[in-house]
Amino acid sequence: MLLEVLTPEKKLYSGEVYGVQLPGIDGLFEVLDKHAPLIAALGKGRMKVLKDKTNSEFYNIEGGFVEVLRNKATVLVEGASAL
Amino acid sequence: MSGQLKEVRNRIKSTQSNLQITKAMKMVSAAKLRRAQDAILLMRPYALKLQEMLQNIVSSSEGSIELKLAAQRPVEKVLIVVITSDRGLCGAYNSNLIKLAKQVIREKYEEQFAKGHVEILPIGKKGYEHFSKTGYKLNDTFWHLFAHLDFDHVKQAAAFAMEGFINGTYDAVDIIYSEFKNAATQRFVTEQFLPVARVENTDSKAARADFIFEPEKNTLIAELMPKILNTQLYKAMLDANASEHGARMTAMDKATENANELLRSYKISYNRARQAAITTELTEIVSGAAALEG
Repeated sequence: MLLEVLTPEKKLYSGEVYGVQLPGIDGLFEVLDKHAPLIAALGKGRMKVLKDKTNSEFYNIEGGFVEVLRNKATVLVEGASAL
Repeated sequence: MSGQLKEVRNRIKSTQSNLQITKAMKMVSAAKLRRAQDAILLMRPYALKLQEMLQNIVSSSEGSIELKLAAQRPVEKVLIVVITSDRGLCGAYNSNLIKLAKQVIREKYEEQFAKGHVEILPIGKKGYEHFSKTGYKLNDTFWHLFAHLDFDHVKQAAAFAMEGFINGTYDAVDIIYSEFKNAATQRFVTEQFLPVARVENTDSKAARADFIFEPEKNTLIAELMPKILNTQLYKAMLDANASEHGARMTAMDKATENANELLRSYKISYNRARQAAITTELTEIVSGAAALEG
């Protein structure tokens, strides 16, 4: 699936990924390929981008939102930094 | 005669150094403008997606959504955010913004102003200086926001306005700034910041996806709204920044043009004076020689 991470200052990440783990307001959850349409609020925490089954990258994010639609996840956060 | 010559020469010199300055400033502004425009372009996908998300939530819910930030109260206390620039030499940019601010106060908030309930929050040194001299009710917390123009700082200003609105310090918040069209034209606008305009359900026919909402919609929108407002103020700041550099670029371009024109006319009068001086000198020599010969 396609993952896009946007902040007001720049596009942080854009690319094909296996899945992404996100700190939802009510707890951690994971979005994988062909996930149902979803809009969720995110809390402050760590986002894990699963590039494939073995490789992953971490980002620290401040609160934001995620929208999953047609196999594309868009993460909107006000601030983020790679770990 | 040579006195006149010297005077013209001095003038040419000073015009030339003027020209150098305006030319350099124009080029610096052009570079800064490009950077400011890039920042706007980088922000756009985020802003669009945020709007789209709001639209998606609203269109899949029925009835109106109650929001603290959209509460319509009788307007008694007003906060007006006036975004000007920190530096001058940008033509009529700042004075136009200040004029618009005063016009808005006069026409839209006359009653509130008479009671002393209009507060001005200037951003940018020029507006701050102007309004602090002219005896308006002033809030000077954020006037230096352009010194570090990034999302985190802008967010603080937005948070201040939202807090003030929620706890009843202000019943309405307007932003006055210059929208960026292109380098040569700015559009000075007044935008309602708070209360938030009601979100209409626009795309009712569109094939909506069956979204899962996490947490439920009302909480989600309550979370989303402040983010949208942050972005709105950030966009206004970026637009103002680009407009400022655009305005300065045009002003400096005009100044360079004028200096060139001036220089041309000075050169003509310089040459004329030089010619005249030579002619007189020649006449003097010739007549002197003639007198010697007898």
